[in-house]
Amino acid sequence: MRIPRFLIQQHPFQPHSLRRRRLVTAVLAGAVALAAAGCGSDTTGTETEIQDKPTFATGTTMAKLAEAGKVTVGTKFDQPLFGLKGLNGEIAGFDAEIAKIISAGLGINPGDITFVETPSAQREGAIQQGKVDFVVATYTINDKRKQLVSFAGPYYQAGQDIMVKKDNTTITGPESLRAANAKVCSVSGSTPAEKIKEYVDASNIVLFDVYSKCADALRTGQVDAVTTDNVVLLGLVDSSGSAFKIVGKPFTTEPYGIGIKKGDTAFCQFIDEQLTAASADGRYAKAWESTAGKVAKTTPTLPTLAPCS
Amino acid sequence: MDVITDNLGLYADGLLGTLKICGLVAVAALLLGIVLAGFRVSPVPPLRAVGTAYVTLVRNCPLTIVLFAFAFGLPEAGVNGSYFTFGAVGLTIYTAAFVCEAVRSGIGAVEAGQAEAARSIGLTFGQSLRLVVLPQAIRAVIPPLGNVAIAMVKNSAIVGAFGVGGELYSVASTLNGARGEPALPVYSGVVIGYLVIIIPAGLLVLVAEKRFRVTR
Repeated sequence: MRIPRFLIQQHPFQPHSLRRRRLVTAVLAGAVALAAAGCGSDTTGTETEIQDKPTFATGTTMAKLAEAGKVTVGTKFDQPLFGLKGLNGEIAGFDAEIAKIISAGLGINPGDITFVETPSAQREGAIQQGKVDFVVATYTINDKRKQLVSFAGPYYQAGQDIMVKKDNTTITGPESLRAANAKVCSVSGSTPAEKIKEYVDASNIVLFDVYSKCADALRTGQVDAVTTDNVVLLGLVDSSGSAFKIVGKPFTTEPYGIGIKKGDTAFCQFIDEQLTAASADGRYAKAWESTAGKVAKTTPTLPTLAPCS
Repeated sequence: MDVITDNLGLYADGLLGTLKICGLVAVAALLLGIVLAGFRVSPVPPLRAVGTAYVTLVRNCPLTIVLFAFAFGLPEAGVNGSYFTFGAVGLTIYTAAFVCEAVRSGIGAVEAGQAEAARSIGLTFGQSLRLVVLPQAIRAVIPPLGNVAIAMVKNSAIVGAFGVGGELYSVASTLNGARGEPALPVYSGVVIGYLVIIIPAGLLVLVAEKRFRVTR
């Protein structure tokens, strides 16, 4: 019986496939080398002194992280000036700088921090499930959240403010809105939209689903002011090419804290120590100036820290 | 369900807001729609072209885009106005296209002999349409116009997303978004609000249908 030729012939693609595997290996090796070189020349962000092998009491979170030499931090990826993922994949902003300051105290290089995106609704869950070691994500400290997680800090005091066109001089604060009969824009269903009702008649409140539409309405003269947390407003001023300005009279207080596992008092105290030290030696101010300070007029000082519990 | 009873005032305000928009739009869209239907059956070719172009353009455009053009397009072109006006005008323009087609179908349902007879006794086109054809056509279009009205009431929820506050749907974002109330009861309340408007409106259509019915 004749056996068809193609059955006994060696598989025609085999040598080729071997060659391909070798090629892939070479490419991978090259990529790794390039990546390593890239890490070595990393110059983004503020330069902060990395603690050289600090020692901690055994069993603490600090000892565990310092031993591992790496840390996972939850932050926002979409908040300009605070936590924004750039085209190069790096997270830039004040929150990221605060994370670097804390990590430096643990002896961990900025390159060994893994940033994980934690949108507002996912922050408590990420901490509780241990997906992150701590969260720096424009995270307001409040009693409801304190039942689920603990907070170090606050490291920044945000607050609801008002944004107007750059040449506006009649709106100087929330009290001036009613006198100016100003139309004020915010996002429907948001806390700032509720809060502003104290200062503006309902008929003068314009609500949209996103802040970018408010910014658009301000630009075209449909509204006279936009109100929300100053942190969000800073981002809008930044993206407007400075056609807008912030009035600078916050009328609520939103203390931003660093979220950690509930009851980890030692870690909380450690973070507070790092913040105090960074504030004293100017690293805190430098972190601000290299990020949000590019848009904000004044550099904040570290708020009074809340006791750890 | 406590959320609904605790915030009855807020729901009532939203109901009134929605009624205000819908009332205005219903009247304006009915008038504009009838005029457009007249255009579409007119013997004058340019008028027919205008009517056809209007319906083709507006009826095939998503409402969100029509409203967007008013709320953001006009201010961009330097025309400023209240978002309530923009929203009401946008919804009127959109709804009128559907009213026009419903009325036109009613005109088609009137026997050609009626219009011919009207013209033969010396009525102009306008007179024959107004005095002879339209009164008979209205009977046939009451059910489809009821449909258009119900769709319009529900479409008014979209107007709320374009800066027009204080309507029924925006009550939900206030309660659910800002005050953190659970979504299910909050939105159930909104549904009840729309039913409070639409079910009586549907009954009204039935009454009108009976009232204008002719015994053949």
